[in-house]
Amino acid sequence: MIDRGLAPTIAWLARLVTGATVAWPPDEPLFRPEDGPTVFIANHSSHADFVVLWSVLPGDVRRATRPVAARDYWGRGAGRILAEHVFRAVLIDRAGGARRTAVDRMLAALGESGSLILFPEGTRSLDGRIGPFRGGLYRLCVERPGLRVVPVRLVDLHRVLPKGHVLPVPLLSRVAVGPAIHLGEGESRVEFLDRARRAVEGLA
Amino acid sequence: MTLLQDSAFLRLAAGALGFLAVATVVARLLRLRSGSETVRNLNSRINAWWVMCAVFTAALLTDGLGSYVLFGLLSFLALREFVTLARTERGDHATLLWAFFVVTPLQYVLVARGAYGLFSVMIPVFGFLFVAVRSALAGRTDGFLGRTAEIQWGLMICVYSLSYAPALLGLDVHGAAGQGPKLLLFLVLVDQFGDVFQYIFGKLLGRHRIAPGVSPNKTWEGFVGGTACAVLLGAGIWWATPFTPWEAAGLALGIALMGFCGGLVMSAVKRDRGVKDFGRTISGHGGVLDRIDSLTFAAPVFFHLVRAVAGL
Repeated sequence: MIDRGLAPTIAWLARLVTGATVAWPPDEPLFRPEDGPTVFIANHSSHADFVVLWSVLPGDVRRATRPVAARDYWGRGAGRILAEHVFRAVLIDRAGGARRTAVDRMLAALGESGSLILFPEGTRSLDGRIGPFRGGLYRLCVERPGLRVVPVRLVDLHRVLPKGHVLPVPLLSRVAVGPAIHLGEGESRVEFLDRARRAVEGLA
Repeated sequence: MTLLQDSAFLRLAAGALGFLAVATVVARLLRLRSGSETVRNLNSRINAWWVMCAVFTAALLTDGLGSYVLFGLLSFLALREFVTLARTERGDHATLLWAFFVVTPLQYVLVARGAYGLFSVMIPVFGFLFVAVRSALAGRTDGFLGRTAEIQWGLMICVYSLSYAPALLGLDVHGAAGQGPKLLLFLVLVDQFGDVFQYIFGKLLGRHRIAPGVSPNKTWEGFVGGTACAVLLGAGIWWATPFTPWEAAGLALGIALMGFCGGLVMSAVKRDRGVKDFGRTISGHGGVLDRIDSLTFAAPVFFHLVRAVAGL
């Protein structure tokens, strides 16, 4: 009951505070859950990132979309209630040894037609610049051939709610969604992650 | 409320509404015939005017409180658009929280209480110094001067200057109290009238650009024609104001000149930042600051001219 009403309310509030406007890729049909599993990848610079991205997705896509979040951060206390019960996050361990489990959990969450929101940098950037992408995204694409990866650039959210701050400054932020990409035949890990990173960077 | 019994004021308000209604019909008919940019611009201006009307009415009916709240909200939205374009970063976060959630409402509380000695210096003196200190305390010096200056600019234009519009409600003119709403109506009417006629004359007769690098739309023909119309309007409605015809004409000239300057300066700011509009609040036609840029320059000058001309 909590998650029915609370999640959309939080999303509405996030859009109000950040004044987020969204730009979709031209010429691409809007995503629908039945089009297959999708991973939205975005740059990460603020706790507001997930909520803002989630709030601009069309209703039916949003309902099938779950965030991937770090267990060491969101796995305890109030954060855990928010992450697990309100937004149905997939909690994974960021530490090196747990990589296999993390990918398995993400694959399970994707299922046949689910979507994930993933921040491949693995941590929040301090100044909005996009850091190197971690390997989980590549492994996901290898294990699930044909996985659709949608790059998203979140602009100015690091100015609305920077790392280390609790209160947001109500600036106008933007969400730029790009055309979907797929892992290429025989494309290496380094090549693919670099291409994905440039896809996100190039959106703004 | 005595204002609603003041027949001159009511006649002016009715006249303005009538003009607006006619303009709306004309503009809608024009839009059916043509989708040109000019027609869309006119329609969006007229829409903004209807909003201003509704708000003005609500403000009058709440005995002025509504005006302070409305302009406070406008300042908040304008500041938001301005700061989005400013080059602020992490170190300015706390300063910006103060600017949005303390300085802005405080300014309007002071204006609502008529505390002239405070609201006329709070931002230029205390706010100015505080912004610099708070950002310095955050410890990040890269681009410090520029970032701090941009926040101070935002507060001055979006909050301080605009707050002089509702501040008119507290002015006594020629010894008579309660003239405030007429002053505010005069300011907004003349400012918007001058704005739109500068635009129209510019489109119809514009040849010689004033500052082509800044704004390709501002021409001498538009400026002179629009300003002349504003002065004629101002002089023409002197009977609904506490001024003599000459005073009204002179004040209208001041409003139109400053309004033009406001538009010019904000165009320079937008050019600097490489944007066409300040925001997207008003669907496809720019943000709040785009609609009130002329008012932010006209309001403080008009306030002080009236204060000087008519005494307190």
